[in-house]
Amino acid sequence: MTAATGGQFLVLSGISKRYGGVRALENVDFACERGEIHAVLGENGAGKSTLIKIIAGVVAPDAGEMRLDGALRQFPNPAAAAAAGIVCIFQELSLMPDLSVADNISILSPPRRFGMIDSRAQRRRAEALLAEVGCEDVNPVLRVRDLPLSRRQMVEIAKALGQKPRLLILDEATSALTRADVEKVYALLERLKTENVAILYITHRMHEVEALADRASVFRNGRHIETFDKGARSTAQIVQLMIGRDIATQYPAKPALLRPQPALKIENLSWNNRLENISLDVGAGEVVGLGGLDGQGQRTLLLALFGVLRGVTGRVSVNGRAVRPGSPARAKRREIGIALVPEDRKTEGLMLPMSITDNLAIASLPSLSSGPFVDGTKEQRAVDAAIERLHIRIGAKTDAVSTLSGGNQQKVVIAKWLMTEPRIILLNDPTRGIDVGTKQELYRLVRELADQGAAVLFYSTDYDELIGCCDRVAIMYDGRILRELEGDELDETNIIASALNIEAGAGTAGAIKAAHG
Amino acid sequence: MTALPARLTLSRDDRPILIAACFIVAILIAGTAYTWQRFGSAPLLSPNYLLQQLQIGAFLGIVAAGMMLVILISQIDLSIPWTLTAAAMMATAVGGAWAIPVGLAVGLAVGVINGLGVAYLRVPSMIFTLGVNAVMRGLMVAHTGGYAPQTAATGLMRNLASGHSFGVPNALFVWLAVSLVVVVILQRMALGRYIYAIGNKEAAAYLAGVDTRGVTVICFALCGLTAGIAGVLLAGYSQKAYQGMGDPYLLPSIAAVVIGGTHILGGRGRYLGTLIGVILIVLLNSVLSIMEMPEAGRQVIYGGVIILMLLVYGRGERVTS
Amino acid sequence: MADNLAIRLRQNFAFLTALALFGVIYALYQVAHPKGFSSAVLVQNGNEVFTLAMVAMAQTVPVLMAGLDLSVGALMTMVDCFASYLLSGAAEGTPLALDVAGLHLALGTLPGGIAGIGLGTVICLVIGALAGLLNGAIVVYGRIQPIIATLATGAIYIGIALFLRPQPGGKIDDDLNWAMTNSLGDFASTVHIFNDGAAPWFAPFAWIPTPFVLLVLIALLVWVPFRRSVTGRTVYAIGSAEGAAYMSGLDINRAKIAAFTLGGFFAACGGLFLAIQTSSGNADIPQAGAYTLNSIASVVIGGTSLLGGTGGAIGSIFGALILRMISFFFRIFDIAPLLQPLFEGIILLAAVSIGALRVLRVRNTLELFR
Repeated sequence: MTAATGGQFLVLSGISKRYGGVRALENVDFACERGEIHAVLGENGAGKSTLIKIIAGVVAPDAGEMRLDGALRQFPNPAAAAAAGIVCIFQELSLMPDLSVADNISILSPPRRFGMIDSRAQRRRAEALLAEVGCEDVNPVLRVRDLPLSRRQMVEIAKALGQKPRLLILDEATSALTRADVEKVYALLERLKTENVAILYITHRMHEVEALADRASVFRNGRHIETFDKGARSTAQIVQLMIGRDIATQYPAKPALLRPQPALKIENLSWNNRLENISLDVGAGEVVGLGGLDGQGQRTLLLALFGVLRGVTGRVSVNGRAVRPGSPARAKRREIGIALVPEDRKTEGLMLPMSITDNLAIASLPSLSSGPFVDGTKEQRAVDAAIERLHIRIGAKTDAVSTLSGGNQQKVVIAKWLMTEPRIILLNDPTRGIDVGTKQELYRLVRELADQGAAVLFYSTDYDELIGCCDRVAIMYDGRILRELEGDELDETNIIASALNIEAGAGTAGAIKAAHG
Repeated sequence: MTALPARLTLSRDDRPILIAACFIVAILIAGTAYTWQRFGSAPLLSPNYLLQQLQIGAFLGIVAAGMMLVILISQIDLSIPWTLTAAAMMATAVGGAWAIPVGLAVGLAVGVINGLGVAYLRVPSMIFTLGVNAVMRGLMVAHTGGYAPQTAATGLMRNLASGHSFGVPNALFVWLAVSLVVVVILQRMALGRYIYAIGNKEAAAYLAGVDTRGVTVICFALCGLTAGIAGVLLAGYSQKAYQGMGDPYLLPSIAAVVIGGTHILGGRGRYLGTLIGVILIVLLNSVLSIMEMPEAGRQVIYGGVIILMLLVYGRGERVTS
Repeated sequence: MADNLAIRLRQNFAFLTALALFGVIYALYQVAHPKGFSSAVLVQNGNEVFTLAMVAMAQTVPVLMAGLDLSVGALMTMVDCFASYLLSGAAEGTPLALDVAGLHLALGTLPGGIAGIGLGTVICLVIGALAGLLNGAIVVYGRIQPIIATLATGAIYIGIALFLRPQPGGKIDDDLNWAMTNSLGDFASTVHIFNDGAAPWFAPFAWIPTPFVLLVLIALLVWVPFRRSVTGRTVYAIGSAEGAAYMSGLDINRAKIAAFTLGGFFAACGGLFLAIQTSSGNADIPQAGAYTLNSIASVVIGGTSLLGGTGGAIGSIFGALILRMISFFFRIFDIAPLLQPLFEGIILLAAVSIGALRVLRVRNTLELFR
């Protein structure tokens, strides 16, 4: 039952999926064809990941049906989907860090000899696949653990290629890649297109859509909004489809440009060859952004300021006084007063099975206690106030925090820190995976906190956010601050240009550096 | 961990406790049926008997209390057999007014060492406490020459272990005191919150500014201390210390904690469950001995009961990502 | 090519360290021993090490999956007791019967002589594998954590052992005992092969202790093929990143069950040998516990991480050798027997704490929390 070339290869009808009270997908109809690159667009929480997981057999839909090549299919697990030719490259990689590259690439059906795995043939297979994605320099004998993140992602792609996909799904697969590797992936996808592979490409980056996609589909709030051909819609129109409203109304007004006293002064901060001579000021009442490509040290800088890293050199001063936060426990204390909203709320920001109250109070217990004993009344009052202040939508305070939606969970993380009354607030990509409505609330909150005198350092992977929320943005590259943009200079063109600055200017040395991440 | 749930449906933490309690009742019923048939009497239901069982259970209960704290932070303490024995031997060796303080100090010291090794050296607790256990055994063998020490337990020790006040065994008061301390820590102190937080997600607790290493040391110190208390009491009960006296307490204490609903990987569990778990094990043991079940049968039933209860409690989540 | 060698050496660093440590210690031991480098000493060493080495191999498999098996000592003891019935080698065969709760069930008769011994061995190994299968089934289908599931099954196995041998007893065929616990030459002469061990081509091998040969055979014929099979690799994958293993489409359940079954098989080998060596079956509870705990220590010393994903059973064999070596040393250096446990303990603690050095190099505290 083969479809003619160009016929609908994958057809989803009426697909719905709920997680607890959250509707991840609602009555979605979707189709894609062979030999095309089909971009899937949407905000975080729009349902893209759920869609992919259903197609790839990781989760089952509550309703609806899926047809592959005309035949009705349902995949109980990823192995079944892979057997049908659906290969997915997820954001969370499916590599085993302690196994070698060759083992990982041929993990499911390795070449065998006398019933045992033939390591030599396996290695040759890995070398061939790595060459296809342009990574001949990766030694298949190495453990995945020993590779940098961008290389790991390329190994993941090589692995997917080895499974001979008929439908290849990439979920933000280029987020950790260096520029050179990104180009290799583009070339690979174009080649697969000519081999009649159907390609679903999930991305946030408009320029990727423009460069690659033959067709694009927009999702919003769990619904399929529209599918259009290449060039049929302008960027502004696409964004409008994605968020449902104009960009301009999203961000709260910024105060007039003043340079207040630096509440946080960083001088020549370095660490472990990952951060080099960083100097930056953040004033009380200012929102300073950290921008640049992924993985240039922005997160590392925040960790260094919060006391998580050992061996940090340089000087950090709070309100003029030099401080040395050796641990988060010390950093949050009154004398220093730093708070960090971490990158991954599920594993770093929250204890998911514990109650909302427990999660909210955990960082400020010393101030809610008399001696070693927790003052229950004081605690409840503080918790109530925090829930109210951030409008956190909950069932009961004793519910596990895992029952909340992503946006509300993130609010709990932020509220937890606000309860410690911090002087300096470090935000590590706080709106990742959050619905649009909550994002708006968070932007307003950030400005409000700054207006109340906090110094905010805001790392985001979203240019619009940086432009809309921050008074100033410091662009980082390779562990250094390249440039600071403010006022009229603060726009997307300048941000992107600065983020890629080194490559445009320098010659071979720069290009090689870029290629190796 | 905080307020009682307002709904009627049982929380995940309460269910095991209820099931375990029902099982205790079932054991008593089965045992009474047996004794009624065999002897025409129901000794299992007499208050004297129950008090005596609780008295025996006190030793296990005190050890389990400390073990629970360590299990809650996703660790384990395999050194309690010889910490207990060392505390007992040192207490009897020193004698006099210093006996009990010395015994407790030994337990506390070993606990602190465990805590430092696990928290600062990051050696997995399974293997570090195993090593410490071996060292304690070595020290005691060297000290006693391999025989049971000739020194006797002091009067106070004997009184605490075997004496009665107001008709209730003193050992129970000690157990009660230990239990109160543990409950207060877990329910009312910031330390308790930190313990549950670390057991749930140490990284998140650390990033929330919790001194995870300090809390780890405290938990192991308390576990060592309870082992010391149990050792002192046990020496009082037997009137002297002897080789291997701590060995029968290791696995049952872990079993009691787990049967009581505390998750073996930490982060979840109520102390009431541990109490019930101890009582269940003690009663099971005693009923089996009344039935004159040989050791072989007892072991099989003991193992079978643990598996059965864990199956009934509801199983772990399937790993999908 | 030289690069690859360097890479492989680095990847197996922990194992190689254990290997080197063993080499040095063993060499020192033989030098210091009054009858060093003699076959008799080697034989004695082999006998004392074999059972622990097997139990350590059994423990390795669940540890590779970031779990633990607390029943290995009990399982070994149970098979030891079974063996004491099944390997008596009586010429007229052994009648088998089950006496429980007043009932007498006749189970047939085990044939006499070598056939009986062979069959008895197979039965023992199957019992061990089945017990391992039970462990695996409870962990996978009961979804109970391995450490507590095996704590419970360990009690069950020791109970069965006690049922079989409330008192130490039983009999092992004398020839079997002699053949297995001495050198290859003795083995050959007992079994009447290679011209009763006198064949000239055989001479250079005659001195090798049989236990060592058995160890090597089991490692080569059972462990290595397993490790290089897809199931074996899945075991490592589970220990490394179980979620990623599932996403990659690997059959997690089958691998876990296979892992525990293999562990049961290895423990059964240990139990068999112990029975043969001691010529009796003994349901010794403290000994079972000691074997379990020592197996954990052996695994760690041998370079397998308790976090799973790296290491192997061969490293655990060396870990067991190193552990046993410590007591050998005491014998020859005439260390006061009263101080031996103390030294053993200190060395054990030091050995497992060596991994702590890694901690000092960690620059990002978050990495410490896995």
